[in-house]
Amino acid sequence: MSIELDIEITDIRRLTDLIKDKYGYDFKDYAMSSFRRRIKRVIDIYKFKTVDKLIQVLDTTPTFFEEFISEITVNVTEMFRDPTFWRILKEQIIPNIILNHDRISIWHAGCSSGEEVLSMVIMLHEMGFLEKAKIMATDIDTAIINKAKTAAIPLKNMELNQKNYTSAFGSEGGQPLNLKKYFRDVGQESVFDKSLLQNVTYRKHDLVQGSVFSKFDLVLCRNVMIYFNQTLQNAVLAKLHESMFKYGYLAIGSKESLIWCDIANKFIVVNNEEKIYKKIKD
Amino acid sequence: MFSRYKVSGKYRAVVIGGSAGSFQGINKILAELPKEFPLPVFMCLHRLKHVRNGFVEALSIKSSKPVVEPYDKETIKRGQIYLAPANYHMSIELGNSIALSTEEMENNSRPAIDYTFETAAYVFRDKLVGILLSGANKDGAYGMMRIKQKGGLTIVQDPEESAINAMPNAALAQTKVDMILKVDQIIEFLLELDRACKMSQL
Ligand SMILES: C[S@@+](CC[C@H](N)C(=O)[O-])C[C@H]1O[C@@H](n2cnc3c(N)ncnc32)[C@H](O)[C@@H]1O
Repeated sequence: MSIELDIEITDIRRLTDLIKDKYGYDFKDYAMSSFRRRIKRVIDIYKFKTVDKLIQVLDTTPTFFEEFISEITVNVTEMFRDPTFWRILKEQIIPNIILNHDRISIWHAGCSSGEEVLSMVIMLHEMGFLEKAKIMATDIDTAIINKAKTAAIPLKNMELNQKNYTSAFGSEGGQPLNLKKYFRDVGQESVFDKSLLQNVTYRKHDLVQGSVFSKFDLVLCRNVMIYFNQTLQNAVLAKLHESMFKYGYLAIGSKESLIWCDIANKFIVVNNEEKIYKKIKD
Repeated sequence: MFSRYKVSGKYRAVVIGGSAGSFQGINKILAELPKEFPLPVFMCLHRLKHVRNGFVEALSIKSSKPVVEPYDKETIKRGQIYLAPANYHMSIELGNSIALSTEEMENNSRPAIDYTFETAAYVFRDKLVGILLSGANKDGAYGMMRIKQKGGLTIVQDPEESAINAMPNAALAQTKVDMILKVDQIIEFLLELDRACKMSQL
């Protein structure tokens, strides 16, 4: 049997303490099981061998920190992930907001490389509402935000993206929907039509330490809080709640749930299958 | 009562991994599992990535009790059977709960058996039973090694019986597992485990 590095909880604590002291970020309440594995991964990638070595490098090499954040965070994403969610958004949620407001402000919290944002833009464009929208896309990971800004999707992911798009919206008038019409292939990437991104702002923002900066009609925070423990989920949910207009909507990932959060009673379930909630109390 | 496997009652959880060719075996095991089985069972089975519904229902039909796909941070209940949801890795979290993750695929799989097994071994240590069934790649081999290293009990389906034996063989090549059993024997083992754990929990 090969020798395996065992990362103990006390090791993780020493690491998160150092990061907090030195860089001001707080990873203390990230979910232990995935966070431990991400640390193990960083140690393997950089061949540090021990947690102590990682701590030492973080302590002495500030330039390494952004890279560390980039590797620690999980950036896996898809366009139109959970197609049925997008269908409900298109048929029920968006029309409802426009009916009441005539405008729509949207926050993608934890947008990763931006696939979710492009999906939103395409959907709003096809509904004829893109001009009415203001979209904010944020993430803690600087490198991934910069990537999102380029709006370039690896060609190899386009097949899955097209599949999701088709199952979300089907075919219109017998013509199969073609995602490619929004992209131009350059080398190994499909680059999105940037003229459609005029109402989108990308910005670095930390959900844990960052402050509430605006209010929105619709907040998407999907597959982000799964990396937090329940204490932190509660704290972040309170921030999301504060960032929403009364009667605004919140969408979380399809396998997440609000029911055990402290302020669950300030929301009602709009669609349980797709995990869409509505804020009913301030 | 006659004890063939000399099972201790110290165990707190069971993890089961399977892939191609394991569906029948799983169905049989679930059908025979006692209704009051005292431990949580975590199953990680390779499945179609973008088919969210249907699988858990198919497994539940013959099962002695319902199979659930947990939500993130769901509290672990004794005797509950959990199935890793499509397109998520499933892990055992601190505080007696389950966590989900959309991390990169491992061994071309999400959910990956190694992911579930490794995190379960980390939390349950020598109080874990790991069972690896038929399958087409090497997912689960690393996880079985980790369970063994933490002092847990490791069982691999007999490659002779496995519809596709790449997965059992990969695990056997990497780890000196405790038992190599056919599905019917795995069921016998689980019945004995059931009795042993009930005895020690009295
Ligand atoms: C799996 S991606 C989710 C992408 C997309 N919402 C989806 O569902 O496909 C999770 C993202 O959350 C970000 N994240 C993690 N911790 C964060 C924090 N404290 N503040 C803001 N974003 C965070 C990560 O950098 C990562 O890009």
